[in-house]
Amino acid sequence: MLGEGILKGLKETARNALGSFVSEERLITVEYPEKRHPLPEANRNFPFLVFDGADWQAGLRCVACQICEKECPPKCIYIEKSKDKKPDYVGKQQFYPTRFDIDISVCMSCQICVEVCPFEAIKMDTEYELATTDRFGGLLHDREKLARSNEYYHQIHPTEASEVDGRLAEEKSKAEAKAKAAAAAPKPAAPAAAAPAVPKPAAPATAAPAGPAKTASAQAGPEAKNPTGTPTPAATAPPAQSNPASSPQAEKEGDAS
Amino acid sequence: MAKTLDQIFVLLTHWIESFFPPAWRAAIGVVIGVAAIVVVFATLFALTTVLERKGLGRMQNRLGPNRVGPYGLFQPVADGIKALTKEDVVPFRADAMVHFLAPLIFLCAVLMGFAVLPVGRNMELVDMDAGLLFFFAMGASTELSVFMAGWSSRNKYSLLGAMRAVAQMISYEVPLVLSSVAIVMVAGTLSLPRIVEAQAGYTGIWPHWYVFTPWGFASFILFGIAAFSETNRSPFDLPEGESELVAGYFTEYSGFKFAIFFIAEYLGMFSISGIATTLFLGGWAAPFSFLTVIPSWLWFFAKVMMFIVIFIWVRGTLPRLRQDQLMNFAWKFVLPMTLLNLFVAALWRFMGEGWLRWIVCSAILLVAYVGAGRVQMRRKKFGPRSYRYAE
Amino acid sequence: MTVVFWILAVITVVGGVAAVTLKNTVHCALALTAAFAGLAFLFLQLDAQFVGFAQILVYIGAVAILVVFAILLTRGSEKPERGVFSRTWLAGLLIAAAVFAVLSWAVLSSAAALPGAGEVPAPSVSVAQIGNALMGRYVLPLEILALLLTAAMIGAVLVALHEKGVRK
Repeated sequence: MLGEGILKGLKETARNALGSFVSEERLITVEYPEKRHPLPEANRNFPFLVFDGADWQAGLRCVACQICEKECPPKCIYIEKSKDKKPDYVGKQQFYPTRFDIDISVCMSCQICVEVCPFEAIKMDTEYELATTDRFGGLLHDREKLARSNEYYHQIHPTEASEVDGRLAEEKSKAEAKAKAAAAAPKPAAPAAAAPAVPKPAAPATAAPAGPAKTASAQAGPEAKNPTGTPTPAATAPPAQSNPASSPQAEKEGDAS
Repeated sequence: MAKTLDQIFVLLTHWIESFFPPAWRAAIGVVIGVAAIVVVFATLFALTTVLERKGLGRMQNRLGPNRVGPYGLFQPVADGIKALTKEDVVPFRADAMVHFLAPLIFLCAVLMGFAVLPVGRNMELVDMDAGLLFFFAMGASTELSVFMAGWSSRNKYSLLGAMRAVAQMISYEVPLVLSSVAIVMVAGTLSLPRIVEAQAGYTGIWPHWYVFTPWGFASFILFGIAAFSETNRSPFDLPEGESELVAGYFTEYSGFKFAIFFIAEYLGMFSISGIATTLFLGGWAAPFSFLTVIPSWLWFFAKVMMFIVIFIWVRGTLPRLRQDQLMNFAWKFVLPMTLLNLFVAALWRFMGEGWLRWIVCSAILLVAYVGAGRVQMRRKKFGPRSYRYAE
Repeated sequence: MTVVFWILAVITVVGGVAAVTLKNTVHCALALTAAFAGLAFLFLQLDAQFVGFAQILVYIGAVAILVVFAILLTRGSEKPERGVFSRTWLAGLLIAAAVFAVLSWAVLSSAAALPGAGEVPAPSVSVAQIGNALMGRYVLPLEILALLLTAAMIGAVLVALHEKGVRK
């Protein structure tokens, strides 16, 4: 009959209007900025640099390999490599970026930099209230602005962060196992072991700076006990310095750690 | 006590008049009445803008404006300040004189329509013998100002919007007048206070309102549809549709002139709700005989606000009608129904008291409604769409 | 001859004169509307409520709109090239004077009490009386008018239909 649809529509709108006072699902607005909607965990906005420990300069994971700079589609990353090296979380000497700028007015949040980073150094941040009145440099985030701690990373993406920590711990244990195996090799193999022995004296010396990293990963250790953890190969981070030969050994010790 | 409260504004007016010499009393009374109308309905307008925005918001699962004042109730103040302080832009090649006059004529015509509304017992500004005709005459004058607004802007979109608006208003004016003619026929007078008095009796506790008769109910629905169209309100708001024509005939108006159009549109809504209340819902009469202790003007405003709520409710529910669908509806469905309704009202009057006339009149109207509805829908296929190439 | 009458008379006459002398055709239509409004208020001043309001409703609400639509849908909204006065103005003036003479003779000879206007008060006609007269004494003219209007409407529909046929 003519008009039936109109009456049904009117009834539905009336239910909406009156129900919005009593039920949550009929009033989905929140009064921003006093309240905010909870965002899903996988939400992302612009990248940030992860550092382990308390000092952002010493613990910065980025080794200025410049892979993200080359892969970035709109070329919004600008990196300047350092002249000297500093040790990273496993103790190996690495370069570090003296300049790491991301222009977030250009960045399109495609996450390619995160996908290609071999060192788990750059991750996606969730902060969106980045408006600024400075139109010349306000949207160009430099190294200091981009560096956030690993604890912050755990806060915003807990599952991802624990996964990453698990992988890094595995890498570290692999490297330590390899170093131990190289140190424990028989003396006649010394010339052959001369090359792997070179980084070995550096290993105890770097044990101290790697200490905070270890505690950080020890904290992450209990959190790494999830079924999707370490043994399954996460394809995003090809290990930088693991030997394929020692992987079954390291896996066993990785389970034990 | 209830009687004093009921007549309190009339008594107040007489008391103020008593301070002046007798020659001036009529003029003073008129001035007070006019001032009261302007103040009351302008305040109601302010309230309605907030109510509409919050009501529409709630219907759309969101809050309306809630920052200015408690629950956003001072939003009209903010809107008024904004409208007053905006620069008044008149296009270079626009017709400045006509551009200036259009909103004024619109507002004047709409305000004149309030002069005949019986707001309460003995509370109309002028008791004219042909009051209803006066109201429709003022409504017709608004169409001219709509056209003036659209044409003077020298803007094709404005002109298109104005033509559409005028065509729409003219087509729906005939059903508007015809559906009220049925009431006039039964009441026997064109004067609005007397129409209200004809509905003010009670049988037991039930009122004698015309909406409770079959032809009155049909008249009411048809008058309502035509009222939506006369005020350019959704679902007939193609002339001012924001997504179709920018703002239609008031595209080139900014600042206070736009605010005047806005005010005039809402005041038109109020006055047509007032007329609908007077004609169909018994004006200032209380719904049940034991509720007559509540003053008559309170009942009138309660009914008018109920109409406003219905206006807002329908706006939030229905999609916009296209121009040709709108005109089709007017000439092929609403107009024949109003003519039939006139005939049925005459039949009612001549059949005499009793249950037979209820059955006969209701049957005729229902059959016609269903039949006309089916005729209108026979070429349209409803149901889930099927696409030839997408599957 | 009160002040109100003079104001309304001035409005009507000025509106009429403006309607024939203005250059912009739409302005002329609006001036004509002002003349209609003046006439309507003159009717109201004579206590002829029904006629006054019907004048507003029909003339301003419908005829003026019709005139304006006609102007817009044709080329009337452009400026006239040769000025607003036609070349045959003398013939026009003579014809207008003749019509005026006939009308004034009719008015003067019917209002026999014109010199003593104050003695006989104008009869105030209510809407009910008009309705009774239309349905009683003047029902035949009413029906003929209705027939005329129906013919006009059918003609309009036919014209529109014919255009649609040609377009196909």
